[in-house]
Formats: sequence, C-alpha cells, structure tokens
Amino acid sequence: MPVIEAKNVSIRYITGDFKAIGLKEYVVRKLTHRYHVKEFWADRNISFALERGDMLGIIGANGAGKSTLLKAISGIMFPTEGTLEVEGQVAALLELGSGFDAEMTVRENTFLRGALLGYTKAFIQEKYDEIIAFAELEDFQDYAFRQLSSGMKSRLAFSIACLVKPDILILDEVLSVGDGAFRKKSGDKMKEVLSGGVTGILVSHSTDQVKELCSKVLWLDHGRQVYFGGRTAEVLDLYDGFLKTKKLPDAKLFPAE
Amino acid sequence: MGWSVLSPLLTLFVMKLVFTQLLGKNIPHYTIYLFSGNLILSYYKEATRNGMSSFLENSGIITHINVPKYMFVLSRNVSALVNFALTLVVYFLFCATDRIEFRPAMVLLVFPVVCLLLLNIGVGLILSTLFVFFRDVRYLYDVFLTLLTYVSAVFYSIEHFSLHVQRLFLINPVYVYIKYFRVLVIDGKIPSLQYHGLCLFYALSFLLIGIAVFRHHDRKLVYYL
Repeated sequence: MPVIEAKNVSIRYITGDFKAIGLKEYVVRKLTHRYHVKEFWADRNISFALERGDMLGIIGANGAGKSTLLKAISGIMFPTEGTLEVEGQVAALLELGSGFDAEMTVRENTFLRGALLGYTKAFIQEKYDEIIAFAELEDFQDYAFRQLSSGMKSRLAFSIACLVKPDILILDEVLSVGDGAFRKKSGDKMKEVLSGGVTGILVSHSTDQVKELCSKVLWLDHGRQVYFGGRTAEVLDLYDGFLKTKKLPDAKLFPAE
Repeated sequence: MGWSVLSPLLTLFVMKLVFTQLLGKNIPHYTIYLFSGNLILSYYKEATRNGMSSFLENSGIITHINVPKYMFVLSRNVSALVNFALTLVVYFLFCATDRIEFRPAMVLLVFPVVCLLLLNIGVGLILSTLFVFFRDVRYLYDVFLTLLTYVSAVFYSIEHFSLHVQRLFLINPVYVYIKYFRVLVIDGKIPSLQYHGLCLFYALSFLLIGIAVFRHHDRKLVYYL
C-alpha cells in the first residue's frame, strides 16, 4: 500500500493577465474580445509511488516543475489532470523561513507553525524544548523572528518539521543551508526520522546529498518525467553528466529496474 | 488597537459638532442616535475591509503551507469583533451619561451583533476571493463604502421620507442592524419578529453566498497569489 501514489499528474498554471489588469480592464477586454489567457503546464504526466520509509530525491534544473509537484503533494495545489493520493499528515518545508511572521517572537512562531501544521497547543508545548534545543536557539527564544539570521530561520523551520513526527516530510532545498555542523546534524536527524517509518521527499541541487540520503530518485525536466526508480547511484551519475552538457542522456542509458 | 476604538469616537465627535444644529434638533438622544450608526457602520467597514486583504496579505503562508484559507478571514473578523466590543463598552458609557434607561431586554442586542458577524464573514469571503483576482476591487469597494455611509442614515432621520422610500432603506442590511440598535436602546421597544427574520435573512444569505463563492474558487486562488 503506497503512502504517496501519483498517476499521470499534470499541473497547469494559468498565466493570464487578470492580476495585472484589474476588474475594470478585464470587463473592457472581455467586451472588445481582447482578453486572452495563456496556459502553462508546470508538470506533465508525472507518475510515481512511494512506500513507507522511502526517501525520494527530486532532481532537475530550475523550472523543471519540482516545487509545483511538492505543492501538489502537500495539498496546496491540486493536479489539473491525473490522480494524486497522499495518506497521512504532511509536514512540508517549501522555501525556507517562509510562512513565519516576522514580527512575532521565535516562541510564538513555533506555536504558530505548529498550529498551521495542524497540531494542538499541548502537543507543541510538549515538543517545544526539544525543538528549540535542536535548532540551537535557546538564547533567542524571545527575539523577533526578523532579527534571526537566515541560517537560524531555516534551523527553526527544519526542527519543527522533523520533531512533530509527521507521516510525510517534504524538504525543499532545506538541508543546503545552515553551517557545516548543522548540515551534518540535520542529515543525521533526517536518517533517524526516516528510520522511524516517515516517508520523505527531498529536493536538492546537491547530487551527493541525494545519493547519500535517498532510496529513490525522480528526475524532472521542463515538467516532464525523465526517470523514476530506485537505481539512484547510476541515475545520479547520468544527472551529473547532464548538468555539465545540458543534454538529456539517451533513454537507453537509464538502468532498468 | 487603540486607534480602531478612537477613530469611531472621533468621527462621532465631528458628526455631533457638525450635524446637531442642522439635523439633530428633532431627534431625541441625538448623540446615541449618531453613535449607534457609527458603531455598526465602522464595525462593518473594518471587518470587511480587513477581511478583503486577508488572503493576499497572508499569501506567504497560503502558498507554502496547506492550511484552510478561510481561517484568515475568520481571524480578521475576530480582531474586528474585539475592537467592536471595546467600542460597545464606550457606547454604553455614553448611554448612561445620556440618561438612557438600561433594561433587561437590551440583552437582545446580541442578536444583531451575531447577525452582523455572520454577514461580515460572508462579505469578507466574497471580497477576499475577488480581491485575489482583481486588485482594483479595493478602490471600487471604497467607493461603495462611501455610498453606504450616506444611505445608512447615520446622521439623519428617515422619517420625513415617504413610507415607500423608508421601506427602501431596509434593502441595506447595515441600516437594518443600525435601526435594531436604535429601536431597542433609544425607543426602548423590542423589534417585531418579522424584523428579526429580516436580520437573520441578510446574515445567512451573505454567509451562504460567501461560502459558495469561496468554495468555488478555493483551489484556483493559489495560482493568483
């Protein structure tokens, strides 16, 4: 029974000019038939399945549709076509430090984020000391969030997402920030969390990191699926080659499952 | 928060100064008459105006965390309700100074307040959804609010209009709630059952329309934030 199952998932953005033109202009253009909406497919026919305890690495150049796919998995967006089934509580870290309130203190933000992720105050209260200790922010609990350095912000975000014990953990470029020591610590924490039966998804531009942490790889290019499967080492070597030459490798080169 | 209580008081002060000689001579308890209008109208304005921007101003959270979006409209409404409650305390102080008799029936004031809360949530949902798609809704709504201020009989009495025109005023839900306050507080009468029905009708209609509009566009909103 897969925890996440995507079948032919396609996601379309509408890049009309509504937002810029406003209601007045919209009515005028509708009347004069000068109103056009453009479509943009961020993801096209993506299919994969993850079991409990799997760690999926999503790779691909900028604009490959990685973040959009993560948004669909975390329930922020919905597939325009295809089906996407996700079972369990998702804790997603999409872009660091976003979704925090800059004026609130670190303490308040921890509870706010906990609430946004769907946890009770009592639960966060219980985990609070552990979260702050892991983020190494003991001395900054009453500082306003905007006073923190960007490394500190991401440490807090990472600690909350990992320590609330979600069923599915989504990390978008999260492990690449913070200093070396914290990176090592967070990598270890990730492995610990995954061994506890959490299903993880990691987006990273560091092939070494994906190689080290992930059991499966999904390679996207311009919204299309290049590869999905468990032969991580071989595929990541091909990906390294792709990053140098900017040319997709021949389909024959991909290892069979 | 201080200003959101002070601002209706200052408006009240200005209106009292300007209109007492002109329009207030024949209206008993004119200060309370004005205050009832200002109280309701400023609550409606604050709640809906803040509700309107709630999706856009929280776009950082909405586009990164899967969280029910209507929560943001509700939170704006709760904060407006708190400000309203504070102003209401001042309102009662004014009532006491103006020698208005406090009667147990005044507990019924809870009814129009609850209706207004539901109406504000409904209107907030409609506006916040619309505002994501069309950013000039803010200006249009400001114009509408100016119009609403003048047709809500905040500083004048509608008694010298014909009965037919007087009935037209009841199309405006904000006026309906203002009148409820005035009838109960100043005239000391309990509005009829039909009048309660009308209050509830407006509240539920706008709430249901708001929910329908929001649910219809819920999934699309994130693309425009």
